[in-house]
Amino acid sequence: MGERGTVLEGLRAFRLIAGMWVRSSMTYRTSFVVTMAGNLLMTAMDFVGILLMFAQVDSLGGWSLPEIAFLYGLSVTSFGAADLLLGSMDVLGSRIRDGSFDILLLRPVPVLAQIGADHFALRRLGRITQGALVLGWAMWSVDVDWSVGKLLLVPLMLVSGAAIFSALFVAGAAFQIFAQDAAEVQNAFTYGGTTLLQYPPTVFGKDFVRGVTFVLPLAFVNWVPACYVLGRAYPLDLPGWAAFAPPLVALVCCAAAGLVWRAGLGSYRSTGS
Amino acid sequence: MSVTERPLIELDGVEKVFDVRRKTGFLKRERRQVRAVDSLSFTVARGEMVGYIGPNGAGKSTTIKMLTGILTPSAGRLRVAGIDPSRERTRLAHRIGVVFGQRTTLWWDLPLIDSYRLMHRMYRIPDARYRENLDRCVELLELGDLLAAPVRQLSLGQRMRGDIAAALLHDPEVLYLDEPTIGLDVISKAKVRGFLKELNAELGTTVLLTTHDLQDIEQLCSRVMVIDHGRLMYDGALAGLHEVGESERILVVDLERELPPVEAPPARVVKVEGPRQWLAFPAGESAAALVARIAAEYPLVDLSVREPDIEDVIARMYAGAVPGRTEKAVS
Ligand SMILES: Nc1ncnc2c1ncn2[C@@H]1O[C@H](COP(=O)(O)OP(=O)(O)OP(=O)(O)O)[C@@H](O)[C@H]1O
Ligand SMILES: [Mg+2]
Repeated sequence: MGERGTVLEGLRAFRLIAGMWVRSSMTYRTSFVVTMAGNLLMTAMDFVGILLMFAQVDSLGGWSLPEIAFLYGLSVTSFGAADLLLGSMDVLGSRIRDGSFDILLLRPVPVLAQIGADHFALRRLGRITQGALVLGWAMWSVDVDWSVGKLLLVPLMLVSGAAIFSALFVAGAAFQIFAQDAAEVQNAFTYGGTTLLQYPPTVFGKDFVRGVTFVLPLAFVNWVPACYVLGRAYPLDLPGWAAFAPPLVALVCCAAAGLVWRAGLGSYRSTGS
Repeated sequence: MSVTERPLIELDGVEKVFDVRRKTGFLKRERRQVRAVDSLSFTVARGEMVGYIGPNGAGKSTTIKMLTGILTPSAGRLRVAGIDPSRERTRLAHRIGVVFGQRTTLWWDLPLIDSYRLMHRMYRIPDARYRENLDRCVELLELGDLLAAPVRQLSLGQRMRGDIAAALLHDPEVLYLDEPTIGLDVISKAKVRGFLKELNAELGTTVLLTTHDLQDIEQLCSRVMVIDHGRLMYDGALAGLHEVGESERILVVDLERELPPVEAPPARVVKVEGPRQWLAFPAGESAAALVARIAAEYPLVDLSVREPDIEDVIARMYAGAVPGRTEKAVS
């Protein structure tokens, strides 16, 4: 089976298993409705925080509200997509500790897809929906001449961003096989990553921006291409084509994450009972 | 096709070593290696039903996890249906069925039938095969009334039967069972055993099962493997265990009257109760020859031979195999 076949097979398995989880959660109908409503509210509050901030100030690091909303929309939508597919990686640690990970390894479908769909809940649709709404509003209100090239760059950013975040999730998952209580570390990178990308690079120190650009290349999720779209200078000296580099960066990240994941699975040691 | 078919399961010098890190003090850690499976070699032919036994911590579950691809062996060569399990785990999954008595593959909050429907789609089982296999399992394992019940409502025995059915819907060539009768009552055990027997006889499914209940082995397996400290101690017919375990059979003789202890070496009298005497003799020795000798010299009225208790045999084997057991690591 080629890589492509594996991906399709994985998506199919994801659908099957996510379906089982959704139906499982339906059996507790009230708690299902309550958590769903609670989550939508929580996600909505997230952006309200930024709106409240702009009630006090006119700009943040020199960026206007629509510009910040553009960053926010890109970051949250791509993170939401990764979260939709792989967001339950923190369950992995407990599955490894209690030995139920063994059961997943016995099934004839990619284990990553099963882990991704583990404890799937419809609320995972909340984040991506909210991100997309904010992004839509931002693109409407931001002061940009939308050329075809810039317009096409947006879906490209979203797909690449989702892939970069997914790579982070997968690497974090592999790390949990080595150290089973590492879920917090992984959350720091993923959730922390999406939060920091909601602020413009200008509010951070140069060294930090360098790290986020060259070491852990989160900057390619939105900062670098967004600066190009908005016609702003990136705080670091980057060549002009860097704005179109996200797919390449995403590819490298995914390949690296794939290797780490494989190494993690190979070192899996199950439990003694 | 060749006349001598390749064994379905092949192990050659297989080892599994766990690195165990233990906290010995604040920030101090001690590293140790636990050799859970040690140069293990055996083969299982298609259609065999093999019992795999040994004391706690012997390496049974570790072996099964390597045979399914869950664990990668530290050394040695391992093949199941010609496949290297840890390299091609998902391909192998279509050809094996696995039941871990301590875990379940069933969906806790959903009706039992939903778990089976998932198997149907996940393994891409052709509709007709699925129906046929499900019907057979439902009938033989008496699952009919349980299909609509959420798994969390099933009793342990019911859940175990449900898990066994789940492992068989895709027509596996080999079924591994790790303690399938653990915690079951006598009736549930009988149901599970009857089902496995039929499965092996009718469909020719190869079965490898671990258990601590020797009745499972006595009633199901023509071949038994005993493992201890990761090493294979015995591999052969159950009956042959007696000789290896140096066990003895008991000859009970009723004489015409009370007499001094019978003299008939190598048998020795272990108990006298009036005219009845109990003689122990090596299990490998012929009872007929012994009886003939006694009948020639003593007024014999009646007699009976008692087979040794297999549990005693194995207990003795475990104990004898390891003089001065070392402390075993627990993860
Ligand atoms: N994941 C693990 N990490 C460390 N040590 C392990 C692990 N799994 C098993 N062991 C050790 O390997 C040895 C064999 O364990 P295994 O579970 O295979 O025994 P078993 O024969 O199945 O025993 P039981 O009858 O108690 O189920 C034990 O000493 C156990 O502590
Ligand atoms: Mg075990």
